[in-house]
Amino acid sequence: MAYTILHKAEGRGHANHGWLNSFHTFSFGSYYNPQAMNFGALRVLNDDTVSGGMGFGRHPHDNMEIISIPLEGDLEHKDSMGNTAIIRKGDIQAMSAGTGIYHSEQNAHENEQVKFLQIWIYPNQKNVEPRYDQLTLNLADRHNRLQQILSPNPDDEGIWIYQNAWFHMGKFDQGKSTKYEFKGKAHNGVYAFVLNGEITVNGQKLNTRDGLGSWDIDALEITADTEAEFLLMEVPMVF
Amino acid sequence: MEKTKILAIGRHPEIMQTVVRLINNNPEWEGASALTDKDAVQAFDHEIFDLIMLCSGIEPESEENLRTYFTAHRPAVKIIQHYGGGSGLLTAEVYEALKG
Repeated sequence: MAYTILHKAEGRGHANHGWLNSFHTFSFGSYYNPQAMNFGALRVLNDDTVSGGMGFGRHPHDNMEIISIPLEGDLEHKDSMGNTAIIRKGDIQAMSAGTGIYHSEQNAHENEQVKFLQIWIYPNQKNVEPRYDQLTLNLADRHNRLQQILSPNPDDEGIWIYQNAWFHMGKFDQGKSTKYEFKGKAHNGVYAFVLNGEITVNGQKLNTRDGLGSWDIDALEITADTEAEFLLMEVPMVF
Repeated sequence: MEKTKILAIGRHPEIMQTVVRLINNNPEWEGASALTDKDAVQAFDHEIFDLIMLCSGIEPESEENLRTYFTAHRPAVKIIQHYGGGSGLLTAEVYEALKG
């Protein structure tokens, strides 16, 4: 039997700190919703806008896979492993916090806002040595097809993390369709998140920033009802 | 109102300072930390905590020993894994642990 959970964009948690405007699909910070704690190993899906020159000061992480996907603007990252980097639209960044790291994230520009998704995944191994990685993706590779941007395998396409998770992005013209077949074994689920436009996933219509989790099925049929961009996150439901 | 007392155990001194500071930012909570198993057991024996948070860097054998000790001496105590990340997950973790 197939299961789904729908999170409408307007039902997400919201925190506007002035410098940071953040929407939380799952409980985060002062937003606590017992009905929205996680989708399997997917624990955090934050949709953040940071004002020019502002950012998250130095703060710790441990035992979490942290993925950042810039949507607009440039984000500067510094961490206690000595990494300093800027990630831009088209890039993906992954950090395995493992035994513990500190990092900061700052809008790289004074006069432009930066928009990005921050996604936290529970790892499949605890207390690993912290690691950082980023990758520039070819945006043309997601036009009317699914581009793999993350996997559990260092030799596979995209970036890798310590979890049996696969992420794909697509930017589809109106009327174009695709089928997503689950990559992992049974008990994986896929969370579809619409970045812009309207799509239909297995008969469920989704608008911009809506999310739909599906599990106990083998595939998703996806159609772009308008020009649309979306992210698919396949994660273990039991971990 | 009596505060919820939370003992956070982890191996990373700087991270533990941050965790306790974040716990104490909530006026309803009171946090203490321990870096070693010995300190954790001493703190546990000295004070009644509502919640034990296992933080980063605890070796599997230590975790098992601590869980065994805590539950043997106070079966009702709640023990959870804390996943770091500033204040992002803390509130939900504590509320989820205590709601039952």
